[in-house]
Amino acid sequence: MLAFTLKRLGLAVLVAVAVSAFAFLLLRVSGDVAVALAGEGARSEDIENVRQIYGLDRPLVAQYLDWITRMAQGDFGQSLYFKSDVLGLIADKLPTTALLAVFSLLFALAVSFPLGIVAAVYPNSWIDRLCLTLAVVGQALPNFFFAMILMMVFAVMLPILPVSGSESWAHFVLPSIALGYYVAPAFMRLVRAGMIEVLGTDYIRTARANGLSATSIILKHALRNALVPVVALTAVQLGFLLGGSVVIETIFALDGVGHLAYQSISNLDLPVVQAIVTLLSFIYVGLTLAADLVNGWLDPRIRVS
Amino acid sequence: MSEVSIPLLDLAEPSRGRLLRRRILGHRGLVIGASLLALIVLVAVLAPLLAPYDPYMQDLARRLIPPIWHRNGSWAHVLGTDSLGRDYLSRVIYGARISLLIGVSVMVISGLIGSALGLAAGYFGGRVDMAVSFIVTVRLAMPLILVALAVVATIGGSLPVVILVLGLLKWDRFAVVMRATTQQVRALEYVTAAECVGASTARIILGEILPNVTPQLVVIATIEAAHAILLEAALSFLGLGVQPPLPSWGLMIAEAKSYMFFSFWLIAIPGTALAILVLAINMIGDGIRDVSAPGRRA
Repeated sequence: MLAFTLKRLGLAVLVAVAVSAFAFLLLRVSGDVAVALAGEGARSEDIENVRQIYGLDRPLVAQYLDWITRMAQGDFGQSLYFKSDVLGLIADKLPTTALLAVFSLLFALAVSFPLGIVAAVYPNSWIDRLCLTLAVVGQALPNFFFAMILMMVFAVMLPILPVSGSESWAHFVLPSIALGYYVAPAFMRLVRAGMIEVLGTDYIRTARANGLSATSIILKHALRNALVPVVALTAVQLGFLLGGSVVIETIFALDGVGHLAYQSISNLDLPVVQAIVTLLSFIYVGLTLAADLVNGWLDPRIRVS
Repeated sequence: MSEVSIPLLDLAEPSRGRLLRRRILGHRGLVIGASLLALIVLVAVLAPLLAPYDPYMQDLARRLIPPIWHRNGSWAHVLGTDSLGRDYLSRVIYGARISLLIGVSVMVISGLIGSALGLAAGYFGGRVDMAVSFIVTVRLAMPLILVALAVVATIGGSLPVVILVLGLLKWDRFAVVMRATTQQVRALEYVTAAECVGASTARIILGEILPNVTPQLVVIATIEAAHAILLEAALSFLGLGVQPPLPSWGLMIAEAKSYMFFSFWLIAIPGTALAILVLAINMIGDGIRDVSAPGRRA
């Protein structure tokens, strides 16, 4: 287990370094930062000035090394638009986004597990077909469109939930549904496929022959073994939910990292954008590492492959 | 995509092609999805003939006319008009062109990059495989929407930029699936046989492996096309994608945002159009997967 852990950890660090370098380069190459910084109607001397003040005239590698060392020391730089410390800005808003991502995930799991299990227990029945249809339709609905339908329903027809802001837990209900429904089909398909496979194995037949109740067989014996692929998908989907929060937070005026990212991107506030992209990538790398380790612990066969 | 031409062979014995055709026509989802997509493609191609008005023509005297099923609707504008008095039906019809163009171009660009990487990794293995797997992991670690938004914002939003950015970012699934499938096919006897006869690497990859991983490739292509269409809509919705006055469905929803509580149809119409297009493509993808691997439905 130690060798496996070290190997995965080393890979995660390499990926993190590569991602941060790429995020840095990508934003530098796609536009002239100095021009963006100097603002509209700036003279060429102004732009040159900005270039020197921010050290943008130095080689890219030097700039990157400088940026990454400072970040490692906790100095994420200054926001150009908000005129404040980037780290403080992000740290302020991260809890909101983390909460949104976790709630969305819980919603997705709460929907997909029962449906996936029922669909697997009665394969090819009408209920299985209904679940698959729901999954296909759900995945075709753009999340911002679905979010607006929710807003419309709850603002006009059924005004019991707030549709904008982030003051109380109630403000998280609609955004979590709007973000979570999109990942539910993937979980449902995985739970269904895993359960169908496990339910066909010999040890389940043995459990049945021994007279165990159907509930006990399904929930205690089958579900546990269908969980392994779900753990890996959870990490991937959490990363997706963090990224997808840009759209949903902007629509519901939820004051999180996604909304901050949108504001920073619209204002070409590159230090903030770079920091958020890098941070979310690091979180994703950390989550997949955790999932790898959990799976390596659940199933020793994974450790040697 | 919907039509599969099959040569008529022996009439007495059901040929392989005919069995395949029977399976395709017997799959309800595939038939419905293909018909829907064919209809949308037809509408997009014939847009100048079908659209009753110029989609860019503004008429401030006739703004926000509701659609025909509404009390105040009129046959002059079946789907009503938007806040600038542009005919909504014409805009929705022309919008199909943008979504289809995005879906197809992004699919082609990302498909070329991803399959090349995946085929190379699966066929050569070893160092090449390690390198490709690493690149894929790095790409997956980056939040797609955020990176796309940021790059489009710095370059400046336009249709070609959106296509290029999405195409250069979305090849990961192609690479992952092509790698796995190529590994499976590579171990088969006919590849070994081709190697023994002395066929060149390029010939083995293009002639032996590629044709046998095509079903999986097509399924991924449908998933990616659908996803690209949704992403473009989301980017345009946030104002960082296709720019006005182009009738992108996502942009139409964004433009109607401030009218949503009074004229929800301005949002519902392009939203439904998006959902139907993506649904059709997804149904085709699911159908092809079922037909190419019968018995395995997940």
